[in-house]
Amino acid sequence: MRIVLILIVMFFFTLLQPIVVVATHEGSHSNKSGESKVERDLPKYFVPPPPFSEGIFPCSDCHADMEVNPTRRKLEMFHTNIELKNHAEDQRWCLDCHNPDNRDVLRLASGKLISFEESYYLCGQCHGTIFRDWKAGVHGKRTGEWNGKKVYRLCVHCHNPHQPRFKPLVPKPPPVKPIDIR
Amino acid sequence: MNEKKDKLTKERRVSRRSMLKGMAAGAAAIAIPNTSDASIWDAFFQKHFREMNSSEVSAVIERLEREYSEKYKLPIEVKATKAIPGVKFGYGLDLSRCIGCRRCVYACVGENNQSRNPQIHWITVLTFKEGEKWVDLEEANKYYNPSKVPEPGHFYMPVQCQQCENPPCVKVCPTKATWKEDDGIVVIDYNWCIGCRYCMAACPYGARHFNWAEPGIPKEEINKSTHYLGNRPRYKGVVEKCTFCIQRTRHQPGRYTACVEICPVGARKFGNLLDPDSEIRYCIENKRVFRLKDDLNTNPKFFYFFAT
Ligand code: HEC
Ligand code: HEC
Ligand code: HEC
Ligand code: HEC
Repeated sequence: MRIVLILIVMFFFTLLQPIVVVATHEGSHSNKSGESKVERDLPKYFVPPPPFSEGIFPCSDCHADMEVNPTRRKLEMFHTNIELKNHAEDQRWCLDCHNPDNRDVLRLASGKLISFEESYYLCGQCHGTIFRDWKAGVHGKRTGEWNGKKVYRLCVHCHNPHQPRFKPLVPKPPPVKPIDIR
Repeated sequence: MNEKKDKLTKERRVSRRSMLKGMAAGAAAIAIPNTSDASIWDAFFQKHFREMNSSEVSAVIERLEREYSEKYKLPIEVKATKAIPGVKFGYGLDLSRCIGCRRCVYACVGENNQSRNPQIHWITVLTFKEGEKWVDLEEANKYYNPSKVPEPGHFYMPVQCQQCENPPCVKVCPTKATWKEDDGIVVIDYNWCIGCRYCMAACPYGARHFNWAEPGIPKEEINKSTHYLGNRPRYKGVVEKCTFCIQRTRHQPGRYTACVEICPVGARKFGNLLDPDSEIRYCIENKRVFRLKDDLNTNPKFFYFFAT
């Protein structure tokens, strides 16, 4: 019975997601954080929804009534595919980025809470110069209108936050050599 | 007396004109048998694009749309959108990000109706080994094909029309079929191009391509939204090249080019050089930029840079 209820809630959330993004853009986001006035002086950036795996959000579905375990360990019950790599993992653990008390938001070093739609502030803490370029549209990419509405990409659309190195791609075929044209 | 002379000259003019007409029609009939279509006639005497007034332009557009719909059995729209005042387009390419995946090459082919067979690519991606002599376009490898890119120790440089402010290709054209528009885009009128390929010889970047045969594009892949000076279907025997997606960008608001939108690493930047808040101005002011073969004084509006 409870599972069915959770499924129904999740289903409605998927329906709501696009609306959430628009709302965030307009600066009226009402995440459970309660503390959403992070860096209000900065404009909000239009971004597509965060690239969550299906069914993982809201995290609080599971975490709301779970004990927080701050010890560094190999996760064995869940999230077993998450491994920190090439991201200064010796100096870092999950709860440096994820908020222990309400898992649906991220937490900055200052203690401020931000939504997943604004995860660029999290990355921007340590990658300041890249963040500056990103805001100007030079690191990462924008699509849409060059002289109008632009859609940004979150850092995490291109970099897995846990293993941020850009993944190699399969190239498209090379051009035909003149010798092969007939 | 005077009146009579006037009438005489008029008559003579008329008869001269109709004779010319007859000759041309005869020539057309020899060249293209079985077509007594008026549109061939109109095409033959089409004025230079920049000398046409707006109603003449619309007439040409109408004729082309009719011709294309007959030929391709598709409703192809041909626009003639003018340059936006106060805009000069510029382009940036971040060599520290490009991974040589060639997504841009094929996005461009699709957007701009390039011939699939025989193959025409407006963008060529070159690769260089780190530490090797580079920016030697003639010697560079463009046929690389590893299972994954980037390959360690390599970097990649896409090359396309550099939209020179001082374009050598324009200078050599004997029919003035190619010119630089007010927003800085170098364009070609495929109805005026005679296929002499002087411009291809003059271009130091290998950016111009020739239709050796009738362009071959599967019907379902044709982009039906076109511009007269850009991606409208081409003919056998004409030259073509990148136009900064003139059919997308020349609008208020206008879309980014197809190559900018597809690039998975975000290496491609596009905007108005005259707008101090544009991405391209940010690149020029904050990054180390360079232009290809700068020493030739072509003054390209295509800037390569290293963001890191
Ligand atoms: C550098 C900061 C950082 C660290 C450290 C970090 N995360 Fe994350 N994590 C993020 C961000 C940002 C996202 C949001 C990704 C998105 O928007 O899809 C995320 C997403 C997730 C998700 C959702 C993933 C999905 O499949 O959609 C899970 C689960 C998660 N993190 C768990 C962890 C665990 C467990 C650890 C510790 C082993 C950890 N994170 C460490 C920043 C971090
Ligand atoms: C289906 C239930 C479920 C969902 C949904 C879920 N988690 Fe978890 N999460 C767990 C379990 C179970 C553990 C404990 C794993 C272990 O100890 O091996 C855990 C552990 C973690 C940890 C390690 C620290 C701790 O408190 O134990 C982080 C960080 C974390 N989850 C983040 C997230 C984030 C962020 C999301 C949402 C994007 C999320 N989780 C969604 C079940 C879930
Ligand atoms: C607490 C500081 C911190 C935060 C927050 C942080 N990073 Fe990093 N990041 C680092 C450090 C330190 C390195 C260098 C790691 C190394 O080379 O071992 C790094 C490296 C990287 C790299 C280069 C990886 C490589 O292998 O070349 C990328 C990409 C990256 N981070 C992206 C992100 C993204 C995206 C986020 C936000 C989700 C983020 N970082 C958040 C500190 C941080
Ligand atoms: C459109 C995709 C994209 C987006 C969005 C993006 N990056 Fe990157 N990023 C890249 C690529 C590609 C590289 C180069 C990777 C390589 O060389 O292997 C890179 C490199 C990096 C590096 C490594 C240092 C360097 O200069 O090479 C860091 C750190 C980084 N990005 C952080 C971020 C942060 C922080 C954000 C968000 C503010 C972000 N990125 C957004 C694609 C992206």
